[in-house]
Amino acid sequence: MTLPDPGAWGAVLAIGAMAVATYLCRLAGVVLMSFVPLTPHVRRGLAALPGSIVVATVLPLIERLGLAAAVALLAAVGAMFVTRSELVALLTGMAMISAARLLGF
Amino acid sequence: MPLPQDAETPTAASAAPLTLQGMLLGVRKVSVLMPGIVVFAVAFGAAAAAKGMSLAQTLMMSAFVYGGVSQLVAMELWRPEWSWGAIAGLAVVTATVNARMILQGASLQPWFARYPKAINAFHLFFFTDANWLIGTRYRSEGGRDLGVLVGAGLALWIVWIVATVPGHMLGALVADPRRYGIDLVMPIFFAAMIVPLWRGSRGLVPWVVAGCVALLTAKLVDGYAFIITGSLAGAVTGAFRDDAA
Repeated sequence: MTLPDPGAWGAVLAIGAMAVATYLCRLAGVVLMSFVPLTPHVRRGLAALPGSIVVATVLPLIERLGLAAAVALLAAVGAMFVTRSELVALLTGMAMISAARLLGF
Repeated sequence: MPLPQDAETPTAASAAPLTLQGMLLGVRKVSVLMPGIVVFAVAFGAAAAAKGMSLAQTLMMSAFVYGGVSQLVAMELWRPEWSWGAIAGLAVVTATVNARMILQGASLQPWFARYPKAINAFHLFFFTDANWLIGTRYRSEGGRDLGVLVGAGLALWIVWIVATVPGHMLGALVADPRRYGIDLVMPIFFAAMIVPLWRGSRGLVPWVVAGCVALLTAKLVDGYAFIITGSLAGAVTGAFRDDAA
């Protein structure tokens, strides 16, 4: 049996496939963890998870995006440390990277 | 600094608040992230217009997929004609880019577990990076009200969809998002999160492990697998460090 070609519905089906894949990702972690008993080990692992996700996301991106991005992110973290405001951190970081790229870095 | 996730007691398990005040607090918390999200959505709208997507298709993707990075990556793979293989391939790439949501959801599961399944199935549709950052920070400050996540998620969802429209229409104006540092919006939010997540040098070891494994993975494997391997390595390290509790 062969499926008919996606044809004119291709784009909509592609969006639908992305939506299903994304929603399953959103559910999967919560559903999986509901089968895992919260032992002290699991609890400590979950406590370490948020910071680990942040570091694991940012460090390789810095490596890929280059030195200007590293400086901009450091400036953003510095601004966050001083002001505790995500908005100030964002503005600082984007101003730094725009300036650096304007100057050709 | 409080460590509420560790300090949780069984007696608190009965409390599962979801209030209107919480939702409004969530809207307030997410409002500081809005400028960055708007810029990101405009960039996506512009990229979609450049790839020949109609406004309706662009809005559909923003509304139903609602994952900025995966939507931008999908624009790299977007094509005028679709085969079933190409659609399946796009779904797999989307799942890899968004696999970090599996871990983000897992990290907040002890909070969600007290609520009915239907409520979790509903608010998880709106679960995204910004939302996770807000929820994690709120929880680490001792917050319990799930309304914060629902309010922040809904507000962000609406703004994300609406802001896609000007991007699609003004496409050419932001033809090069890199110039304005738009590719750095999510990395900046993530990096800034290190400050409120900081628990002193004792919590540093799992982060260092996470960072090293992520860097190594990024060297060896294309794509976004480094988020998963690094995060898991950090969590496992945290789990088996007996003095970390």
